[in-house]
Amino acid sequence: MFEAVAFYLFAFLTIAMFYIVVTTKQALYALTALAAGMIFISAFFFILGADFLGAIQIIVYTGAVMALYAFGMMFFDTTRDVKEKQGNKYIIVGLSTLAAVLIVLIVSVPMVSDNIVALYPVADDIGNVQSVGLVLFTKYLIPFEVAAIMLLVAMVAGIVLAGKKMDLSLTLMSGEEIEDMKKEKNKKVLS
Amino acid sequence: MMEIGLNHYLVLSTILFAIGLVGVMKRKNLLLLFFATEILLNAVNIAFAAISHYYGDLTGQMFAFFVIAIAASEVAVGLGLLIVWFKRHGTIDLDLMTSMKG
Amino acid sequence: MEKYLYIALFAPFVSSLFSALFTATPKKLFTGIIASLLIFTSLVSSTILLIYLFKGGEPIHVEMMTWMATGDLYIPFGFLVDQVSVTMMMVVTLVSTVVHVYAIGYMDHDKGFNRFFSWLSAFVFSMMILVMSDNYAGLFIGWEGVGLCSWGLIGFWFHKESASWAANEAFIMNRIADLGMLIGIFLIYWNTGTLQYDGAFAAFHTLDPTTLTWIGIFLFIGAMGKSAQFPLHTWLADAMEGPTPVSALIHAATMVTAGVYLVIRSNELYSLIPDVGLFIASLGTFVALFAASMALVNRDMKRIIAYSTLSQLGYMFAAAGLGAYWVALFHLMAHAFFKALLFLGAGNVMHAMHDELDPFKMGGLKKVMKWTWIMMTIASLALAGIFPFAGFFSKDTILEAAFADHHYVIYGVLLFTAGLTAFYSFRLVALIFHGEERYKLFGIHPHEAYRFMLVAMSPLLLFAIIAGVFQEPFFHMVEELLRAHEYHIHSHTTLWIMLLGTQIFVGLAILYAYKKYARSGIKVPDGTSATENSFIYKLLINQYYIPYFYEEYIIRPYRELSAVFWQKIDIKIVDATVDGIAGIIYSTGEKTRTMQSGNLSTMLKWMVVGLVVLLSLAVIFGVTVRYSDGAASALSGLGVM
Repeated sequence: MFEAVAFYLFAFLTIAMFYIVVTTKQALYALTALAAGMIFISAFFFILGADFLGAIQIIVYTGAVMALYAFGMMFFDTTRDVKEKQGNKYIIVGLSTLAAVLIVLIVSVPMVSDNIVALYPVADDIGNVQSVGLVLFTKYLIPFEVAAIMLLVAMVAGIVLAGKKMDLSLTLMSGEEIEDMKKEKNKKVLS
Repeated sequence: MMEIGLNHYLVLSTILFAIGLVGVMKRKNLLLLFFATEILLNAVNIAFAAISHYYGDLTGQMFAFFVIAIAASEVAVGLGLLIVWFKRHGTIDLDLMTSMKG
Repeated sequence: MEKYLYIALFAPFVSSLFSALFTATPKKLFTGIIASLLIFTSLVSSTILLIYLFKGGEPIHVEMMTWMATGDLYIPFGFLVDQVSVTMMMVVTLVSTVVHVYAIGYMDHDKGFNRFFSWLSAFVFSMMILVMSDNYAGLFIGWEGVGLCSWGLIGFWFHKESASWAANEAFIMNRIADLGMLIGIFLIYWNTGTLQYDGAFAAFHTLDPTTLTWIGIFLFIGAMGKSAQFPLHTWLADAMEGPTPVSALIHAATMVTAGVYLVIRSNELYSLIPDVGLFIASLGTFVALFAASMALVNRDMKRIIAYSTLSQLGYMFAAAGLGAYWVALFHLMAHAFFKALLFLGAGNVMHAMHDELDPFKMGGLKKVMKWTWIMMTIASLALAGIFPFAGFFSKDTILEAAFADHHYVIYGVLLFTAGLTAFYSFRLVALIFHGEERYKLFGIHPHEAYRFMLVAMSPLLLFAIIAGVFQEPFFHMVEELLRAHEYHIHSHTTLWIMLLGTQIFVGLAILYAYKKYARSGIKVPDGTSATENSFIYKLLINQYYIPYFYEEYIIRPYRELSAVFWQKIDIKIVDATVDGIAGIIYSTGEKTRTMQSGNLSTMLKWMVVGLVVLLSLAVIFGVTVRYSDGAASALSGLGVM
């Protein structure tokens, strides 16, 4: 019974939060609603027994991604209302509803899910974190390493794209050039 | 109604996905468009985790894990690009970004 | 021995290809010389083969490679040299060599000198394929090849409207006849399962007479087109638009005899259906008389000789139809020699008279062109059938064959035609070479042809004189293959009366021609004399109004019909459909181009639309598969589910 209550409560909250993200005119409201929605989703993960995943959701999504968005928001003027030329509301809502209905039809009939076999079954006696670790570092090792490289690439890309004076390389310049550069900066400051 | 089954989670996931679709189609501000994309990814994560739980298979959780990793890097690169564009053009309104008009 | 076969067959081909290299360049003498040398090589090989077969050798049968082997149909590129084909090969190569050398002189000032030799040698090659092939399909290839080369050669001076028209007429008429021949070939294959001569001939004995009759009729229709029998005869006279060596080679000696060759080669078929044979003989006789009558009044030198060819072809078909195949072949051979000689002599006259063709405007040329005069007179004597020249032996044997088989009507008509032949041949000779020199009125200064051209014509002259000697050996060579038998008139007196009577009749005709046309005081007819306005004259000079009939009642309606088809159907329906399809695609592209607005939001909307479409497809397929088994199997067959 608790499970049902928790499910419906968090479902209602999540839907409300995400609805706000999609419809509000203020960018800051959208950001905060999104962060709240992320937290509520992690609640679902905990209900489903995916402890590791829930923790990751909070740390990475709410912590890192939302922080990143918040920093990004500083660049843009967030006091103004977002002015948007509206497209046809009915088409948009209609299409989404149609997509939703079709997906529900597919999974509920059901159409393809007749012989699903569990490949990496959950072992109930060891905790979720341990089993995740077992599977991740043995069966999914290669995707794991590839994801690591991808994160590295994304990090470098983010730095290069957003940083200042990224065309200069301190390691490649000689000592004199670095001195000249410092003098230039000081001149600007002092004068 | 009391017994929560897989279908409940899948319906929830579908509703969230639909909300995300509405946001993607509606939003003209690029940053808010990114928010709607995040919604889509999260809806899918819920579905993965639910299936993983109800079939007793860890594959769903693994996929959700990788989706989170990818979403994070996507945000990093996307925001970087957004900042470069903003510095160059001073606006992030989609209706003004039509240089790819064919 | 086989190498001689291949040399004889492919030397003209090499010659044609070699000359073809130079078609775009101005006249180069060596193309003519090399072409003539290669054809002479072919002649030498054919002679070697002839001697070999004459001494009793076995026919040479080679299969070069397979052309088609599909299902039950097996057609090889096979070649056969037996007594009949070696005779044809000799005729073709001998006349071709003479014509090639002659053409070096005749086409002296022509810009298309190299192109001429290329076409000419290609023609020889096609003719060799035709006579050397060992199956009906190979014969048909050669048949079409000579048709094509004849088109190219008749229309050689293509900028002359009349020449291209004549070339098209020849080709199209041949094509119409080829349809008949193709149907005949199809019937042969359908009923016997093979197109090889030996196989088909053996199988003919097992077929019923109706089928054989149809096959015979259809094959003969093909022969009618190629050998210009009535009603497909109008192209031969118009084909004189081509250069004279072409007329000599193609329309006297080789291509037009291809039809006769077909009938002779298929003699096993035609001996089984004597009724068709009788029809062929009758048609041949009719054509002989018909053509001779048109030559009586004609005023175009080459046309007279063309009608003479047509008439002699009638003789050949009469002989073949009566079952005297060896006589037809012998007459073919002799006729090739003296007719080619006549044409080449006419070429000399044409060149001397600056392409003037009306014999009434010539006259008294024997003083200036002595050798040409001698050659043309001897050729005409041979054509008329005067002893001891070649024509006597061949034509008289045909008359004997008709008489001995009790076809008296055919005999009578052929005899009468022999007289007409003598008359118009010597009318021509008399008008050109005897009498007063009317050409002086037109300011023409004629001169004899080049010496080497006369030398080239001399082998033909020789054979026109002595070919009669070869009748006995020829008979012995082909008697087994052609089931030949000598014709014996039962009583000796009848035979002598026939021979002498024919000679006297012909001699009288010659004398009458000389009397009428070799005197002085002949004027160029200008349309006002009584003879010219008489009904018979008009009928004959307009070729019985047959070309007019064809033009009015066949060609013109067809042209109208074609115009309708072109404008109403082709342009409005077919082209419109194709253009419409392209237009639809184009406009679809134009309209969907606006989808690419560059606006990300719009594109995202389209993406969701696509997503919805795919989802609905998935739902439809899934529901169908789940709830209906037939669709499930169909879709799994497609590889979808």
